Amino acid sequence: MPTDALSIQNVSHSFGKFQALKDVSLVVPRGSFTALLGVNGAGKTTLFSLITRLYTSTSGTIKIAGHDLRQQPGQVLARLGVVFQSRALDADLTVLQNMIYHAALHGIPAREARIRAVEVLEQVELADRIGAKVSALSGGQQRRAEIARALIHRPDLLLLDEATVGLDVKSRAEVLDLTRKLTQQGVSALWATHIMDEIQPDDGLVILHKGQVLEQGRAGDIAQDGDLTATFLRLTGERA
Amino acid sequence: MTDRVLTPRMWFTAFWGIARRETLRFINQRGRFLAALVRPLVWLFIFAAGFRAVLGLSITPPYQTYVLYEVYVTPGLCAMIQLFNGMQSSLSMVYDRETGAMRTLLVSPFPRWFLLASKLVAGVFVSILQVYAFLAIAWAWGIEPPLYGYLTVLPALILSGMMLGAMGLFLSSAIRQLENFAGVMNFVIFPMFFASTALYPLWRMRESSTLLHDICAVNPFTHAVELIRFALYGQFDLLSFVVVLGCLVVFFGGAVFMYDPAKGLWARRKGG
Repeated sequence: MPTDALSIQNVSHSFGKFQALKDVSLVVPRGSFTALLGVNGAGKTTLFSLITRLYTSTSGTIKIAGHDLRQQPGQVLARLGVVFQSRALDADLTVLQNMIYHAALHGIPAREARIRAVEVLEQVELADRIGAKVSALSGGQQRRAEIARALIHRPDLLLLDEATVGLDVKSRAEVLDLTRKLTQQGVSALWATHIMDEIQPDDGLVILHKGQVLEQGRAGDIAQDGDLTATFLRLTGERA
Repeated sequence: MTDRVLTPRMWFTAFWGIARRETLRFINQRGRFLAALVRPLVWLFIFAAGFRAVLGLSITPPYQTYVLYEVYVTPGLCAMIQLFNGMQSSLSMVYDRETGAMRTLLVSPFPRWFLLASKLVAGVFVSILQVYAFLAIAWAWGIEPPLYGYLTVLPALILSGMMLGAMGLFLSSAIRQLENFAGVMNFVIFPMFFASTALYPLWRMRESSTLLHDICAVNPFTHAVELIRFALYGQFDLLSFVVVLGCLVVFFGGAVFMYDPAKGLWARRKGG
């Protein structure tokens, strides 16, 4: 039986007295598109920071492709591709220079990185901008370049934290479509969002609220009468 | 499922990639190179020329005869370049943290001490290029240490650059926002530079204030200056070497601690 791309068991995290995550457990099956839905402050970024080892969790286990983050951090981080909420490309460098830099951070030599950069930029339909400075790209193009950067070391799991923030409707749809297409090619994706329109019935869904997982499963099964917004508001006690 | 093992070649690739990025950033910011040179040159051409007549220097090791004030301040100005470069690295770390670029570095599968050390070494390489450019201009101005001094000063520049760079890394972990950086200028760079032997020898300090002399004597920057000064004349100052090496270990250890995900800076930051 194949291991899950991501498995989180009973993870909690506090900042001083404030408990940001309480006993969170969730799985992202291999090759799936799973949405992590929650309002701002629900704990999505904290959870991502724990998975990427920017913070260390106070309790629980995080496994990626069967590797425990606490025991094998290098193995886990080598399998992760991350698109952060805030832009993380170096605006002073070209798209290719950013790709080579990121590849080097995974031990991939420049010659190999150039070949892979062309491949992943073609996947995100940005190959014609390979020599452009990042500062010259549009918001949507920068997001696609970030996804390409996150793919260059061929990760098993892609983490996308509010990847469509600040994008226009067209760019948002493009980034979403691209991510879904990638999952059809075998990459698993955990997509953090607060926008319900971005979730489709066949997607995996985890609802996070005030640091706790309220519901998880197939989005179509969780949404009562096909209305995800109403279900979300009922579960979280929030008002429309 | 295959393991993704980090081979020695991959470690070297990662180090080279970080060094390459720092160099590219430096090349892309030509103004930074110019600014780094203008500062010590202003001190050399204007300040030192003006003070030559006022400040008399008796024979002070490693000099074996009376030297012009310009000759005396040159090693201090080399260290000044490295001090500002270290702070520039610190500033770029804070900027990277604010813009999110820092996360790209920290989610690499390589250990953090290695990532920070690579960044540190890359910054030192850039600072050494600046120092040699300054020494070349100083030579044209008539400051001519022995030729072998240009070679013997290299290890001293590496060590002092590492120490000042590590201090910058450590400070960057303590600075919460870019706006706080002005405080670093006022409370770290200026006191370190002026309360050192960069501009006046220690015995001169004692003549005016014993307390000031003692402060200068314990200032790590004083020892960086003296290490460079002696090395530029082919000599080795053991005390300065030990102090600079010790401070490097302390500052770098502090930076690694502060950038550790379970401790220091990152443990205190709130997510969303």
